[in-house]
Amino acid sequence: MIQLLTDGAQPRSLVLLGLLLVVLVAAPWLANDYLLTVLITILYFAYTGQAWNVMMGFAGQLSLGHAIYVGLGAYTAAALYVHFGVAPWIGLPAAIAVAMACGAIIGFLAFRFGVAGVYFAILTIAFAEFARIGFDHFTWVNGSSGFFLPVANYSHNDLWNLRGNPTMFYYLMLVLTAAAFVLCHVLMKSRMGYYWLAIREDEAAARSLGIDTFRYKMYAVVISAGMTAIAGVFFAFYYNNLFPEQVFHISRSIELILGPIIGGIGTLFGPIIGAFLLTGLSELMQNLMNAVGFDVPGAKHVFYGVCLLLVVLLLPGGVWPWLARLIGVTRGQS
Amino acid sequence: MSAGTMSALLAVEGVGKRFRGLTAVDNVSFTVAPGAVFAVIGPNGAGKTTLFNMIAGALTLDKGAITFGGQRIDRCNPDEVCRRGIGRTFQLVRPFPALTVEDNVTVGGLLHRHDVVAARRRAHEVLWQLDLFDKRHQLASALTLPDRKRLEVARALATDPKLLLLDEVMAGLRPAETDRMVAILTRLNRDTGVTILLIEHVMRAVMALAQRVLVLHHGAAIAEGAPDSVVREPAVVESYLGAEAVD
Repeated sequence: MIQLLTDGAQPRSLVLLGLLLVVLVAAPWLANDYLLTVLITILYFAYTGQAWNVMMGFAGQLSLGHAIYVGLGAYTAAALYVHFGVAPWIGLPAAIAVAMACGAIIGFLAFRFGVAGVYFAILTIAFAEFARIGFDHFTWVNGSSGFFLPVANYSHNDLWNLRGNPTMFYYLMLVLTAAAFVLCHVLMKSRMGYYWLAIREDEAAARSLGIDTFRYKMYAVVISAGMTAIAGVFFAFYYNNLFPEQVFHISRSIELILGPIIGGIGTLFGPIIGAFLLTGLSELMQNLMNAVGFDVPGAKHVFYGVCLLLVVLLLPGGVWPWLARLIGVTRGQS
Repeated sequence: MSAGTMSALLAVEGVGKRFRGLTAVDNVSFTVAPGAVFAVIGPNGAGKTTLFNMIAGALTLDKGAITFGGQRIDRCNPDEVCRRGIGRTFQLVRPFPALTVEDNVTVGGLLHRHDVVAARRRAHEVLWQLDLFDKRHQLASALTLPDRKRLEVARALATDPKLLLLDEVMAGLRPAETDRMVAILTRLNRDTGVTILLIEHVMRAVMALAQRVLVLHHGAAIAEGAPDSVVREPAVVESYLGAEAVD
């Protein structure tokens, strides 16, 4: 197992990865409450970015509606908890199953009927919008007035019911992000990973090599949906409130894909680097502007947009491929 | 089915394809024996690529039947055709550009090997055979056209096909490169026993490689036989080769 994970990696990149992990594990002792919540947000986006990357970065299927899987995961686990007292760890498999089923339906419709490229992306948006409007009228989970989980001051962390302080959520998110990284690493080095890359690069050529492209595209969508649903469960129990207008909104879907795009689509470190850069930059801007007393509404977003433009212009492959060359951890010429 | 058809690896029987009013392929029949090198030639628009795509499962037939190893394959998808044992190349090469040469071929090797290490070993074997081993770490997008053409063959070959379909792999190559490709294909056919069906314009390659030649003209087969005799048939000379071919 260990050999599988380190196969082909350079010692230097393993050392750097180890250092990053040590810093992240030690963070709750070093960071204040504010910084910790920022780190939670960063890890959340690193995780969801990694999940989205399975579909887009590996298999080349552009989803612009990934908020649907976050939302379905969040609502499923939250509803089971509030209505039936089902602990989130029990609700989790149900949440994953619901999201996977939804992914399978979208995938089946698209891939069976030859909906590809931008049309596939539009289909994913449409489904997320259906969900947003549908949940607005779904009275079992309070429709548009929002679904709330009971909040109280907890004297101790209850990991089983996911009730507790930010440190617990931080470690939970760290474990999830690390697990997603390992899973994606294993997938990428597997037969399926190679098949996904072939489909991404040229689907007709992939078919000519005997690849059942329908089946492997379905796997990509379903795995990505299931991974994203886990983030949804976290979202529900961390924020304790769910509004269809927020959870399923297209801006949530876009937010989630910016990290891997900036960091480097199809790379394992891209989603992580991207999440650190984007969330870090956004928070830094906020603090800088507060510090100098410059409070023009929208200025932060303009600066944010300029930064994104610069990255896309100067580093079209994303930050990670460039950074990897800089610190000398690239492997061969691939 | 005749006795000849029974023993053939590939049997094409009365195949036809129309695109609206245009008959691209009209009632074409031929068989390819196991281990043979068989060429289909003809002028542009003769229906060669249409015929090729029907065998590869990329196009459906309007009539006729295609049998491979005794089983009908004319209703199979391109990926099913490959799993039955037919590897193909594309006339306009379609490598996986962002992958290395080695990874391109490894994808082919994974068809009959679920283990990536074993598939890579198979890829290395094939890359040696195609003179691409030294370039295995290059990105496919960085290769020159002759190298890409050989990568196309390597990738198909890595799927361990019984029949290799080659769609104009010599097109665009310089004479020296053509001779190199001919030498490689001859060696492959001799050493591995793989059957080769090639569609080709470059007559020097066809004459050097093929044991049998089928000539298509306006979608119909106008001649079939050994290369030496086919190029002397008046109908072939008139329709396709012209005087320049007699060299």
